[in-house]
Amino acid sequence: MATVSPLIRLDDVSVSFGTQHVLSRITLDVFPQQTLVLIGESGCGKSVTLKLIVGLLTPTSGEVYFAGKSVRAMRERELTAMRLHVGFLFQQSALFDSLSVFDNVAFGLRAQGQLREAEIRDRVRERLLEVGLPAAVEVKMPTELSGGMRKRVGLARALAIDPEVMLYDEPTTGLDPIMTDVINELILQTRSRRPVTSVVVTHEMRTVHKVADRVVMLYPLARLAPGEPQVLYDGPPQKLLTSLNPRVRQFVEGEARDRLSELRLEADAAR
Amino acid sequence: MSADATTPEHAASDDPAAPAAPSGLRSLGEALFAPVADAFVGLGDWTLFSFRATTGVFTRHHKRSEFLRACVEIGVGSFGVVAITGVFIGMVLAVQAYNQFHTIGLDTSLGAVIHMSLVRELGPVLAAVMLAGRIGTAMAAQLATMRVTEQIDALACLGVDPVKFLVAPRFLACLVMIPLLTVVADALGILGSTFIALKVFKIDGFHYWRHTANFVTLWDLFIGLSKSVVFGGVLSLICCHRGFNSRAGAEGVGRAATEGFVLSFVAVLVIDFVLGLLFNTLGNVLFPAVTSRIA
Repeated sequence: MATVSPLIRLDDVSVSFGTQHVLSRITLDVFPQQTLVLIGESGCGKSVTLKLIVGLLTPTSGEVYFAGKSVRAMRERELTAMRLHVGFLFQQSALFDSLSVFDNVAFGLRAQGQLREAEIRDRVRERLLEVGLPAAVEVKMPTELSGGMRKRVGLARALAIDPEVMLYDEPTTGLDPIMTDVINELILQTRSRRPVTSVVVTHEMRTVHKVADRVVMLYPLARLAPGEPQVLYDGPPQKLLTSLNPRVRQFVEGEARDRLSELRLEADAAR
Repeated sequence: MSADATTPEHAASDDPAAPAAPSGLRSLGEALFAPVADAFVGLGDWTLFSFRATTGVFTRHHKRSEFLRACVEIGVGSFGVVAITGVFIGMVLAVQAYNQFHTIGLDTSLGAVIHMSLVRELGPVLAAVMLAGRIGTAMAAQLATMRVTEQIDALACLGVDPVKFLVAPRFLACLVMIPLLTVVADALGILGSTFIALKVFKIDGFHYWRHTANFVTLWDLFIGLSKSVVFGGVLSLICCHRGFNSRAGAEGVGRAATEGFVLSFVAVLVIDFVLGLLFNTLGNVLFPAVTSRIA
């Protein structure tokens, strides 16, 4: 593993939005065909990390590298080409409201402009079938779909361009336990069918244990002591429960403990 | 090997994300100059956004189907409201101006003055203001919703430039449709004012039209339509820019729509003044005879 160069590299990355600091000095390597799961409390910068990878956000300091090239330094054409190697499943699916399911899934293929319409039709049907959606869904509009169906259409859209990297932003949030497991299975199926590198952002520990090769836990900057690193855990999912860091174990076990009183103190101090 | 990453290497003062302690003088400076600086930053951002959108018209990202859809949305959807505005503005002008013109015995010049005002000023400005409300806010809200629901990010991830794909067709559609709607507003304004002048106030039709033909020229129509092209382009770019930069949530979408309308409205008035001065100067140079005729 030591000789393999990382496909994605975050090098000493910090991100701030005005006076709000989200990420501080994060260094992270994601290796080819690895499934990295990012966990952590809301607001710790997990989704921001995903958006940094595809250049939707630019770091305040530090660099993000994709296949050895700085994302910040990429020209528009290079950035577009890079993004076409990345499938992104958004938190709210981000399906285009004005387009049917078919047109949503075909969108990336049409944007690439390399396939004929008949080939696009075949590819769309194949991907919809992969995620367990019948042909009848093709003509529906996104507003007519349930949450689980929207996620699966979003996944089919991301997979349609045959990506080398899949980024999943909270793929199971808001879904029932069965549909959560369906999405987990689809993540595993995607990995087994193609040599894909995956980064998954989630709060769901079942997803972590089912799909992760490696887990990274981030912690909200506001709650860290000065000088403390923001990455609390970086290792295999099996060792999460035996972590030496009590904050890691607390998150994994999902126990509030004294968190509620901390929140009250923070709210009181903010008055 | 422990999986825990617990080595604190960075002192707080080294943290590039750490906020600097504000001094009193700095806070005062920020309070005084921050709004001005923000306005300049916003203007710069809008200029870059506009450049990207206008050049997008000539790229592969711009789709004809999106353009046609925007044309239908703007043209068909706004025809009624523009028509009603035109008719009533024409009628109101006739009713308000009649007494003054009648007192000095210039009833038949009513048409010339009203039609000149409609074609050069009121038609383009009122159509643009109505369309800023009807189309501009809709575009701002639509794009803001797309921003909030990450659809704009999804476009970027699928290899499409969102500004070129979403804004270029809307910009082009406004550029084409708003002058056409202005023609509708002008025509119906003339119809409304003529109806009041000839049918209600019984002004002599022959002289009414003769005066209009003498004073209202193709140059006036050109000025009005030129203004409407600029208004269309500017209001579409302002409203799309607001939508693209929307904050999160329903409040962010609402704010984007409101800002889109207010900024477009102010821009239309300012641009109207500037173009008015410019065209007057140009008119004096190109057609000195017209100036002396009016005088």
